[in-house]
Amino acid sequence: MTDHFIEDKTTKVNVNLETIGERVDFNDLKSGGFIKQRQKDLFTVRLRCPGGRMETKKLVEISKIADKYSKKGVVHFSFRQSLEILYVDYKEFRNIVSELEKIGQKVASCGPRVRVPTACGGCEYNPNGLTDTQGMAEMVDQKFFGTPTPHKFKTSFSGCPIDCSRTKEMDFGFQGIVEPVWEDPLCTGCTICSEACKEDAIVSDPDTGKPIFDPKKCIFCGDCIRACPTEAWKAKRYGHIVRIGGKHGRHPMESIEVSTFLPDDKVADAIQKTVEWYNANGKRGERIGNTIKRVGIQKYLDFMEPVFKHGSPVNYLAPGV
Amino acid sequence: MGEVKANAHLDLRGVMCPINFVKAKLKLETLEAGEVLELVLDSGEPIQNVPKSIKEEGHKILEVKKEGEHFRLKIQKG
Ligand code: HEM
Ligand code: HEM
Ligand code: SF4
Ligand code: SF4
Ligand code: SF4
Repeated sequence: MTDHFIEDKTTKVNVNLETIGERVDFNDLKSGGFIKQRQKDLFTVRLRCPGGRMETKKLVEISKIADKYSKKGVVHFSFRQSLEILYVDYKEFRNIVSELEKIGQKVASCGPRVRVPTACGGCEYNPNGLTDTQGMAEMVDQKFFGTPTPHKFKTSFSGCPIDCSRTKEMDFGFQGIVEPVWEDPLCTGCTICSEACKEDAIVSDPDTGKPIFDPKKCIFCGDCIRACPTEAWKAKRYGHIVRIGGKHGRHPMESIEVSTFLPDDKVADAIQKTVEWYNANGKRGERIGNTIKRVGIQKYLDFMEPVFKHGSPVNYLAPGV
Repeated sequence: MGEVKANAHLDLRGVMCPINFVKAKLKLETLEAGEVLELVLDSGEPIQNVPKSIKEEGHKILEVKKEGEHFRLKIQKG
């Protein structure tokens, strides 16, 4: 594997450690954030931006630093929502890191460890959002960022089944869901919910206009709840669909669903225990999806049972009525 | 539920999302709290989106009637 990464020997980066100085934490440097470019002596400095969110005041300061250190005066928004300062001379690592530190901005990681989580807007401001994806990404970044694993370990949070942050393609992904329940006495038979449901999980009774619900088709998006004028459809509970073993790259893999309606306060436990399992079972350089293929999903599920028992099984069907 | 008398009417058939919602919102702004707007909306996207946005803005949907390919709604300003 060709890692374009400072610790990788194959790329033959001659970094003179003395010129960089002692103030840079070399463990930090190794755990990533500095990616060698094609151009001699120049590196990309990748910033740690969980969920892709940043205060505007910080962004202003970062743009000043980027303007000062990027030899070409450019940044790039990475595919995983981090801001990258391009064309930075390695001899200036010490200075750029300390200037970034002063404004509270950390450098990201790469290599075999837990990466910065990505997240969509979620329930704070997106009308479809069901979970606080940004809060979750922040929490996971605080607790797990940089934890060593056999290979990279990417997490993400989507606020609803539209899944803008692609939890199906992550090593470990969390997607918001809501369970709809219906109360007959409040229903006026207006038929809006059957129009609102894009999954054909609701059809209207031809006589009364009231919903006939097919739980097998429901993906827990909550459109019916938002559309119902009388609150006859209500939210019973919110949680996450948990997916494991997805990845991108040369050989993409789709993840496997391992839990539904996992509550917010069990997300950290789920990651903690999954990383523990991965470190115990994964071979060096093996993504967790391949570990699961090799070892068997049941072994993983047995190990996770103390956490996943707080959610519902993957084939859970909403009673609806 | 009995017939609610409307103070204003707006036919939004053929008006796309989100312009239909914006028009409904502007119309509601001309009314006093408690007054009623009658809206006609197409099925499909308009009926999927407009009622939920109206609810989110704090108005009350009093009546919904399906009339073929469209819906007639009575909305009380919140
Ligand atoms: C100006 C830029 C963008 C806008 C305005 C935008 C807007 C949206 C909207 C409104 C949806 C929901 C669609 C729906 O209701 O089905 C959506 C879904 C999505 N977006 Fe974006 N988006 C933008 C950029 C991106 C980018 C850069 C990515 C990926 C890198 C992305 C990935 C996705 C994915 C994966 C979905 C889920 C789509 C699906 O239903 O299959 N979007 N986007
Ligand atoms: C400094 C940080 C990073 C380094 C050194 C790095 C390096 C690498 C390397 C060596 C591979 C393996 C290539 C292969 O096996 O074909 C790879 C794959 C990949 N990288 Fe990165 N990467 C970093 C960060 C990121 C980030 C932030 C993203 C965000 C989008 C990303 C997205 C990918 C993707 C999608 C693949 C394909 C493999 C997969 O995910 O399954 N990488 N990267
Ligand atoms: S996944 Fe849902 S909540 Fe998140 S941005 Fe997409 S539509 Fe909004
Ligand atoms: S929650 Fe289920 S029933 Fe309601 S709109 Fe979404 S898919 Fe349809
Ligand atoms: S939208 Fe609400 S009131 Fe109308 S039919 Fe459905 S459940 Fe009944």
